[in-house]
Amino acid sequence: MSDRPSEIVKFDNVGLRYGTDPEVLSDLSFTLFPGSFYFLTGASGAGKTSLLKLLYLAQRPSRGSIRMFGKDMITLPRTRLPDFRRRLGVVFQDFRLVEHLSAFDNVALPLRLSGTDEARVIKAVSDMLEWVGLSHRAQAIPATMSGGEQQRVAIARAVIARPQMLIADEPTGNVDPDMALKLLRLFEALNNRVGTTVIVATHDVHLLKKVPDSLIMRLQKGRLSDPTGALRYPPRPSVKAGDRT
Amino acid sequence: MNTPPTPEGQVSDAAPDLKGPASARLLPNTRFGGPIPWVIAILIALVVIAAAGGLSLRNLADNARADLSDAVTVQIIEADPEIRSQQAQLAADTLADNPLVTSVRVVPEAELAELLEPWLGAAAASEDVPIPALIDIELSRRASTEEITQLQDALSSVVEGAKVDAQSEWLRPVYDALAALQYLALALIALVGFATAAAVWLAARSAFSNHRDTVEVIHLLGGTDKQITRIFQRAVLRDAAFGSIIGVVLGLGAVWLLGQQFAALDSGMVGGGGLDWVDWLVIAAIPVGGVLLALITGRITIGFALRSML
Repeated sequence: MSDRPSEIVKFDNVGLRYGTDPEVLSDLSFTLFPGSFYFLTGASGAGKTSLLKLLYLAQRPSRGSIRMFGKDMITLPRTRLPDFRRRLGVVFQDFRLVEHLSAFDNVALPLRLSGTDEARVIKAVSDMLEWVGLSHRAQAIPATMSGGEQQRVAIARAVIARPQMLIADEPTGNVDPDMALKLLRLFEALNNRVGTTVIVATHDVHLLKKVPDSLIMRLQKGRLSDPTGALRYPPRPSVKAGDRT
Repeated sequence: MNTPPTPEGQVSDAAPDLKGPASARLLPNTRFGGPIPWVIAILIALVVIAAAGGLSLRNLADNARADLSDAVTVQIIEADPEIRSQQAQLAADTLADNPLVTSVRVVPEAELAELLEPWLGAAAASEDVPIPALIDIELSRRASTEEITQLQDALSSVVEGAKVDAQSEWLRPVYDALAALQYLALALIALVGFATAAAVWLAARSAFSNHRDTVEVIHLLGGTDKQITRIFQRAVLRDAAFGSIIGVVLGLGAVWLLGQQFAALDSGMVGGGGLDWVDWLVIAAIPVGGVLLALITGRITIGFALRSML
């Protein structure tokens, strides 16, 4: 067992309901490992966004236990949540850019919140905007940007502080196939070269085979099926997403 | 695709205070709420006027009390001028031996006649109209009611019918009215303070509600409650400072105008209601207090609102 990598996320019998409605997520038990690339798939309404909300600490579960980065997230005081949120990068389905801030200031937010000095912020954000091909739009506000541009700003903001885990909710939903592939390569580079754990929620099955070493988590009506064995340890090597599709 | 660029060095896990113009832009530049600075200005102006009025009344009462509280008048009521004069001298001698008494002056009959002439005319100087003898007494300090009674008893034992009037007693109803007005000013200040806190509370809730999306995003990116509260507090500070400065200028203008009006009365009593430097310091502290009250209220309001979020 000594070669087993330490888990980055561990869900145990997790359920989630909103108010008194029926559970949108039920009996979720799985483990995610550092440096892996996961696709979260499922039809619309399967609970992908709800599961991501649990992962990016926007929601607490109704039952069960969640450990992230070795800490119990259920009993963690809310005042300590920011420490863990800083280790995450999130690309929201609706981008959630701050409307009155420029692309530059939106991307700079995570660095400024962590107290990075302004000279380093300017250098890092300029490099990041160049990396996503938006240097010429640095001072544009989101309302004047296209969906694809906003998406790239959201991705730049998510990765600027070098997160340990990147969570992306339908990141290719608003872009053309070429841009979708480009964004996916961007995530892959982050995963391969920086070691970031990546979780991409998508209902686009064609994307799955684009990342050969990815693992698949499939949600059906709020329950997780594990057809590839990706969530068990060790995952079966023959069922990597690229091999299946 | 190349590896994404990352900041040089380690990104801190700390959550420092957000500083500089970049952090000031985290909330839109619509300020805290349009009318709030002006509401604060009006409330601060009212507090300045009420405080200046209350302090002025206190000074007026203190000065009047200081002038009168250590003085007593003794009346000797006797129709026979010769006996009256003897009794007055006897009373004066008796009072002079009292340790509480610092000076005794029998008011000369000519001075009394002069005082009464406007009312009695030439009859004031006539012996046909009996006028009581008056003795002015200065005390070493303000005498209590018991001490005045002891003086009265001591006099009555040597001069039957001598009557002691503590001058401060004449003005007791006036003092009571002035005290009531001071309490009214204090109550007004407390009410206006409460109204200021309520206005800031409403504005803070409204601002938080308007910017809830931004707050959520900052939270999800790792912003702490303290950082978010500081962002809102900056808006509160800016608006409260603006409102307080305008308010204190308006209030002082009104106080100056009222002061001019009362000064024109040229009344000795009203003249005792002037403000000294300590009073001006108290008035100068009002806008500072208003800003502090707004900051504390804003901080508590935003703190409660944040606790409703994860």
